[in-house]
Amino acid sequence: MRLVINGEQREPLGATLNDIWEEEARELQTDSPSGFAIALNGRVVPKTRWRDTPVSDGDQINIIRAMAGG
Amino acid sequence: MTTTLTIAGEHLSSRLLLGTAGYPNQKIMVDAIKASGAALVTVSIRRISLQGHGSDTISLLSGYRFLPNTAGCETARDAILTAQLAREALGTNWIKLEVIGDRETLYPDASELLEATRVLVDEGFVVLPYCSDDPVLCQRLADLGAAAVMPMGSLIGSGMGVANPANLAVICRRASVPVIVDAGIGTASDAVIAMELGASGVLLNTAVAKADDPIAMAHAMRLAVEAGWFACSAGRIPRRLRAEPSSPQLGLVGS
Repeated sequence: MRLVINGEQREPLGATLNDIWEEEARELQTDSPSGFAIALNGRVVPKTRWRDTPVSDGDQINIIRAMAGG
Repeated sequence: MTTTLTIAGEHLSSRLLLGTAGYPNQKIMVDAIKASGAALVTVSIRRISLQGHGSDTISLLSGYRFLPNTAGCETARDAILTAQLAREALGTNWIKLEVIGDRETLYPDASELLEATRVLVDEGFVVLPYCSDDPVLCQRLADLGAAAVMPMGSLIGSGMGVANPANLAVICRRASVPVIVDAGIGTASDAVIAMELGASGVLLNTAVAKADDPIAMAHAMRLAVEAGWFACSAGRIPRRLRAEPSSPQLGLVGS
């Protein structure tokens, strides 16, 4: 399965948005999704729905976090 | 005592809104925000692959209310999605709406800004649009339901102060919502001028973050916003082209 995550082609192992998040969270060394959000194909998916939201080939995913800004 | 700034029915303890970007380090950022007295601090929304310094800004500022921005967005569509992501990430429906129309000047794109404001207000956001110092645009944004308008003092990051005080005075006089002067403030006197012209508040970032001593400048800005607010409320004397003696003119020695 090929996904576009934050503009980059990726082939993650997981099948749901939560799987994708957990993979990213490991890289970020964080265990809390506080301050993060995910959009799937241009629509925000609430954190409470990550576990039951499947991802499929060609999906566009944006994972964002709040950070310093003016 | 300074009366509180009220936006969308929420009372803020300070009329100074402060950005969180560009400080020498995170400790200075936290100390500067504390020194500024700001209750509302701006943050940006970025894809995680682009994260860098300041990535855990949010946890450091847990006692503050966040005002996420849509900085960098160039279309209403992108700004709307960014606002929706910000709401999910931070649990706030407040958004500093920026839709940039020109990369050199970072001037807002008025038509995209109006469209994004319309949609986000409909979706229940408290929209604070960053806009040009155009009284008509400010009026249109307020008519669409913006909770405040945030005209630029001058270009973002320029430190040029209030470039068009006449426009700003008109905007403040006519506004049906709070006017927050956003961008261009370079030093404390610029903030005083903005407030004396009738602004309800000032939003700034670079003037503090890039000062030689950000914490001292944050303190100066706090005092400046308060001084400007009190001066505006007090009502200044008229300007005269000739002197007006302040001491009594009767009973002069030698008369």
